[in-house]
Amino acid sequence: MNLQNIFSEIEKVDADVYDRLDTRRSAMKQFANFTGKAALAAMPLALGSMFKKAYGQTPADVIGTLQFALTLEYLEAKFYQIGVAGTGVQANAGAQGISDLTKIRDHEVKHVAFLRTVITALGSTPTPEPTFDFTGGNGSNMGPFLGWPTNYDVFLAMAQTFEDTGVRAYKGAAGTLINNKTVLTAALNIHSVEARHASHIRQMRRVRATAPGAITAAYVGSIKPWINNAESNIGAGFAAAVQPSYNGEEVTVQGGINIVTVGGVSATAASACFDEPLSRAAVLAIVDPFIV
Amino acid sequence: MKRQMSSLPLQDEKLISSFGIQRRNMLKFFGASAAVVALGTACNNDDDVDANTDTGVFLGAGDFQILNFAYALEQLEAAFYLQVITSAGFNAMSVLEKEYMVDIKDHEVAHREYFKVALGSNAIKGLTPKFSAVDFTTRAGILAQAKAFEDTGVAAYNGAGQYIVDGNYLTAAGKIVSVEARHAALIRDLISNGTFSDDLDVNALEISKPPTAIVDIANAFLSVDSQISKRGLPA
Repeated sequence: MNLQNIFSEIEKVDADVYDRLDTRRSAMKQFANFTGKAALAAMPLALGSMFKKAYGQTPADVIGTLQFALTLEYLEAKFYQIGVAGTGVQANAGAQGISDLTKIRDHEVKHVAFLRTVITALGSTPTPEPTFDFTGGNGSNMGPFLGWPTNYDVFLAMAQTFEDTGVRAYKGAAGTLINNKTVLTAALNIHSVEARHASHIRQMRRVRATAPGAITAAYVGSIKPWINNAESNIGAGFAAAVQPSYNGEEVTVQGGINIVTVGGVSATAASACFDEPLSRAAVLAIVDPFIV
Repeated sequence: MKRQMSSLPLQDEKLISSFGIQRRNMLKFFGASAAVVALGTACNNDDDVDANTDTGVFLGAGDFQILNFAYALEQLEAAFYLQVITSAGFNAMSVLEKEYMVDIKDHEVAHREYFKVALGSNAIKGLTPKFSAVDFTTRAGILAQAKAFEDTGVAAYNGAGQYIVDGNYLTAAGKIVSVEARHAALIRDLISNGTFSDDLDVNALEISKPPTAIVDIANAFLSVDSQISKRGLPA
């Protein structure tokens, strides 16, 4: 292993590499100590560790992730606040459904308050609540989900998509929090609650699919509490709009391990038993039409 | 540091090649964490566990320890659902409920096998469950135990996430825990509709548990020779 070659290679893509490393003298020293003791086989880790220190997560990244999460929780909270009070839910969800959706609404409102508190406690200012256009029209209020508060089937399709997207968003963001155990654990503890919501909304959709008065075309295939393949199970003209929230969920190979082969299960089961993350950029692109 | 290794490396090697996994991928997948184990930087461990009297299954160190912790839980869940689908209580379920149980069984078996292959020669042995306290003869008995296992699984993954060093493993755990949460919500709703996310804290966050507390819960469902050691495990 020729260190100088490695540095030269990195310099081609990062001209500041020497400056970065030079400002991290302790990292260099640690590296020197480490190589003295460790076996050559462990060298890649020592290098990785050194560069993690040079390029690693800063508190700004943690705050950025929290602000990103707060934006998503604002969206979910406002969506349920308007939607649960809307005629679509009130006329069609029944007492049990209204109770369940109210419970979810209250969770999202609490997540907003919690994240605002955490961001404030870390010395930053919570990002303000955006103005939303829940028709997905980017402010035109004429988007594909027009009329959603009065249409229970559209409302449920959106609720499922927002919850499933939320799960993917927290999962994708977890890595940015790996150096802050407290914030990471809090994020994980929201992540699984979003998954519980998604599971329940999916069960509600399964029942609603065959209910009198439902727009049956809005329900496609066999809706399960988990995501089979990359299926949204959403139709009636909304399929294309929600599909970006499901693309990528179809994978059946994890870390080079073929789940179908090792598990002896169907591709559908192999895809369903692992939920897939989405990058922050992908999530922001998905929610962009809903934020003015 | 003495490690208890029950699986045979040679056998695993055959297993891996028979599944057609490229060695390059496997090495890439494990490279970083093998070295993490060598560093052994874990802190806040359950160090008061006496290595001489605690003869349970040792989970290892570093990220392998957490992965084995997850592997143990997935073994337990998979064994449970495999027994469920042949039970009298299962036969009393509706067609849809049976479909759910079979789906969940497949998911848990897939999780178990994923960890077994991912851990390779670092994997703990196959554990022997002890389900004598579980009532498999009724729907209610099955669902009550399923709820306990699923909720425990979610609390376990959430509680262990902070001890994972390698970001790839953290993401892998995240991919699994949300599916466990989907299971947990379903099982709860099958018992009593609308209880999918009851038992959260005041901020509507999941209540996670530290690994040692999870091991106490799991050991109640494991035979004498499969008790999990808490040695070195974060408390």
